[in-house]
Amino acid sequence: MEINTARKRKYYLSKGMDGFLIKITTIARFVGNYFVQLLRPPYEFSEIVRQCYKIGCDSLPLISLTGFIIGIVFTKQSRPSLSDFGATSWLPSLIGIAVVKALAPLVTALICAGKVGSSIGAELGAMKVTEQIEAMDVSASKPYKYLVFTRVTACIFMVPMLMLFTSLVAMMGSYINISVNEHISLTTFVANAFDKINFLDLKASMIKAVVFGFTIGMVACYNGFSTTRGTEGVGKAANAAVVTSMYLIFIEELMIVQIIGWFR
Amino acid sequence: METGNEIVIDINGMYKSFGNNQVLRGVNLQVAKGENVVVLGRSGTGKSVLIKIVCGLLSQDEGSVIVLGEDVKNLSTKRLEALRLKVGFSFQLSALYDSMTVKENIAFPLKRNFKHLSKKEVNDRVDAVLNSVSLLKSKDQYPAELSGGQKKRIGIARTLVLRPEIMLYDEPTAGLDPISSIEINSLIHNIKEEFGVSAIIITHDLVCAKTTGDRLVMMFDGVVQKQGTFEEVFDSDDERIKSFYDYNFI
Repeated sequence: MEINTARKRKYYLSKGMDGFLIKITTIARFVGNYFVQLLRPPYEFSEIVRQCYKIGCDSLPLISLTGFIIGIVFTKQSRPSLSDFGATSWLPSLIGIAVVKALAPLVTALICAGKVGSSIGAELGAMKVTEQIEAMDVSASKPYKYLVFTRVTACIFMVPMLMLFTSLVAMMGSYINISVNEHISLTTFVANAFDKINFLDLKASMIKAVVFGFTIGMVACYNGFSTTRGTEGVGKAANAAVVTSMYLIFIEELMIVQIIGWFR
Repeated sequence: METGNEIVIDINGMYKSFGNNQVLRGVNLQVAKGENVVVLGRSGTGKSVLIKIVCGLLSQDEGSVIVLGEDVKNLSTKRLEALRLKVGFSFQLSALYDSMTVKENIAFPLKRNFKHLSKKEVNDRVDAVLNSVSLLKSKDQYPAELSGGQKKRIGIARTLVLRPEIMLYDEPTAGLDPISSIEINSLIHNIKEEFGVSAIIITHDLVCAKTTGDRLVMMFDGVVQKQGTFEEVFDSDDERIKSFYDYNFI
């Protein structure tokens, strides 16, 4: 009896391990295929442009509002602490560092994970359950190249663009608040804000945004492509696309900050 | 169109399981050039799995599947894609791309596979296949605006535009009213006559089987139970075959 239980446990353990390893291999192949396709032209430029437009324009209102509010709120809440030390003139520098180095890439990525990731996950998930992806496959229409490569590439291009836009809008929000309270000119604000930011900071933020874009696109496409069980599966794919991307974005943020720290 | 002796699909000892569920248990099936073979059977007997293996969407656990002289399981991606251009697949739910119009749906596989074709050539081929399924007037509509029968016909047109040598139909009349079913049956028959295409037609609709099939294959529990003409198959004492016939006509 005990032997049977031990055998069963061993069987389920090995079955679970097999399943885990198969999943890891499938994910690795799915991600690896992107780099294979990168070396194989043609690149579906018109579809990439269409996806860039869709991702960029769809996200712009939400990104603008969030960036603007972050700029105002962050400035407003930082002022009392700085004014205790008589250092309110440091506000533009503080905002510049906070926005460019940390807030803009992270906030943009999280918004895109929610907005773009869920949309891609649901769209591809619906295509999967209605056999549209299989239909592309059986007509040799290379669904990976047409659906995944184009969307991931568009995310890689557009998340950094949106990140720059978020920085700009957040700085505008911050300037409005500072100009009302501290009465400083735009030139002084810009000069102070960018005084403490160097090229490496900007480069690091761009690298982060590129990595986040790749993650958002890839996670959403993978979840869409592996959707099963009808409409319920589509909802789960969209949800998994957002949640998994967010987890990975936080982990990547931590890792990139550590790596950039070694170069300072 | 006369049926030739050349075998275009040769399935030998095919087994397929999903986890513990053994779906196909040693299927043998040959399809000759220009022949329409109807595969009949109850739901869950592995009919759709069979044609998905034929076009390389799934791969068998055991046995061989030779399509147009190529061993489907061992083909490289490039050769599988080349083979798929010769094998059309009509899906049960049509699988039309819902973000594209009818015209874009049909042009899509053409544009993806024959990049050298001019816009005019693509449009001409799209118009020609739409004409052959009598839906030229619907070319600017979206799939959501079409009826079930129209969707089926567009799905078939989308595969025909690649001029395949073999067609695989998955439940072509499922969910259609009798008039639309008759239209689809006659379309399948015309495709064979006009283009000389060989076909496997998966169905449990006996009217479809009788109208479109040169040969019927009856499957039960993942094996071929009986094959022959409509009369040969249903002239049987097997209770399961009799009840299948009765269910369709009572």
